[in-house]
Amino acid sequence: MTVFRYPTPKGSDITPRETYLSRRSIMAGLAAAPFGQSAHAAPLPTKTGPFSGALTPTDKQDVTHFNNFYEFGMDKSDPAENSGAFKPMPWTLRIEGEVAEPQTIDIAALIAQGGIEQRIYRMRCVEAWSMVIPWDGIPLAAILKRANPLGSARYVAFESVHRPSEMPGQNGGFGSLDWPYVEGLRLDEAMNPLTFLALGIYGETLPNQNGAPVRLVVPWKYGFKGIKSIVRIRLTKDQPPTTWQRMAPDEYGFYANVNPDVDHPRWSQASERVIGSSSLFGEKRQPTLMFNGYADQVASLYTGMDLRHFY
Amino acid sequence: MPIRLPHSTPAWIFVISTERPKLARCTWTWRAIPSWPLYPLGLIPAVWLFWRGVEGHLGADPVGTFEKMLGLWAIRFLAASLVISPIRWVTGISLLKYRRALGLLAFIYVVLHVTAYVWLDIGFNDAILIRDITRRPFIILGALALLALIPLALTSNRLSIRKLGRRWSRLHRLVYLVAILAGIHLFLAFKRPTPTSELYDGLLAALLLARVVHGAFSGRRRVVRSG
Repeated sequence: MTVFRYPTPKGSDITPRETYLSRRSIMAGLAAAPFGQSAHAAPLPTKTGPFSGALTPTDKQDVTHFNNFYEFGMDKSDPAENSGAFKPMPWTLRIEGEVAEPQTIDIAALIAQGGIEQRIYRMRCVEAWSMVIPWDGIPLAAILKRANPLGSARYVAFESVHRPSEMPGQNGGFGSLDWPYVEGLRLDEAMNPLTFLALGIYGETLPNQNGAPVRLVVPWKYGFKGIKSIVRIRLTKDQPPTTWQRMAPDEYGFYANVNPDVDHPRWSQASERVIGSSSLFGEKRQPTLMFNGYADQVASLYTGMDLRHFY
Repeated sequence: MPIRLPHSTPAWIFVISTERPKLARCTWTWRAIPSWPLYPLGLIPAVWLFWRGVEGHLGADPVGTFEKMLGLWAIRFLAASLVISPIRWVTGISLLKYRRALGLLAFIYVVLHVTAYVWLDIGFNDAILIRDITRRPFIILGALALLALIPLALTSNRLSIRKLGRRWSRLHRLVYLVAILAGIHLFLAFKRPTPTSELYDGLLAALLLARVVHGAFSGRRRVVRSG
């Protein structure tokens, strides 16, 4: 059993006062600006959570209009355009499997209970681009503990909603995935304090295109691990299948940890394009960090593992 | 002598492969339209994309969009240059005089596509470039397609056609290799085959298959004649 060590932030990781104050004013401006709002976006009362570091969030417009959510189409702009008919409320999340007390959690009730934290995390897509997203939500561990996992539970399997009538991408066609989308984590990964169940972004409930009403955020793994619109979490004895691994096992592994030294067969993972340059000549490219910059928090989970083999 | 319809050949293929081009009847209308306007017209998408990009209207990932769209236009012009012959086989209409412009436009878009990648995307970072070009089949295939296009672009002038004679046609069969390389490169550009990649890959495959079918049946016809 791996022991989690709370990370001690370096001096350089702590945001100077003037920076965070100016950032708050940016955020206030963003909240007031008339961006393409989702019909369902409602304010979420949040408190500042740990692990946010000195990160500047990507523009809300980009975070909500540059999405991979194949249930609504394969282009990055499709989810924002095609998710209008999706109804994220009411919603229940089922926790079952190797647990002593299976749970059915009503998402509206969960939000009403409060205690929602904001965490600003790096988001690295397997397609070699990245963003910084201010998530609002609760640690996954807090939810899993409610169900009282049994000693036999070793993995956590996640399942997305299957609603072809509201999700046009689920009606088959070219290059379609097998629905519903499924993902998985090892139990110790799921219980890591970084692993987060997001209920909102930018202080509001999740827009449909970002995985409303509840999605997974695992910031040290590639973005496709962050399964959206979750209906079922099942604790299991055996490693569960994951959608992309099933589709192309030589390209997408179960672990999918961000790793600049293990290239995707098509893309180099050594560097990443930072989303949010406003024009052709403003692109930023930065080196990709091991575990997406969260090595202090998670490297110990993989001690002794060959990460080239378990990619 | 009369040509008999082979039992194994579907009628439509037989018609495509045996019908004589009706050049005299069809070419006069096309002769009136010169091919040079294709160059400025063909470059409109590049200018438009560039302007949209500079103005900040290409979305959250302007460089990625610019790069992909230039590549897609290269594929479109490549397919357009490959559709000229099948049109002649099927309808007898010869658009041959426009093929050079279409081929050169494909080349120009490939050069712009690669420039966008090397300059705007990776910012002339030779470490990334070398790593990409040695380790990523996706980039290697694209680079090979560019290499194969260079001799075609260089010999696309009248002088080369005259000087090289029969060897010119043989050299320009390299375009089939370019189509195969570009098709795989396009396929690999997306995590899953998208409607766009399937459409253009299907089109390139159909255009190459048309050559195979036409070659097989015109070859058979020659045998019939000599016998």
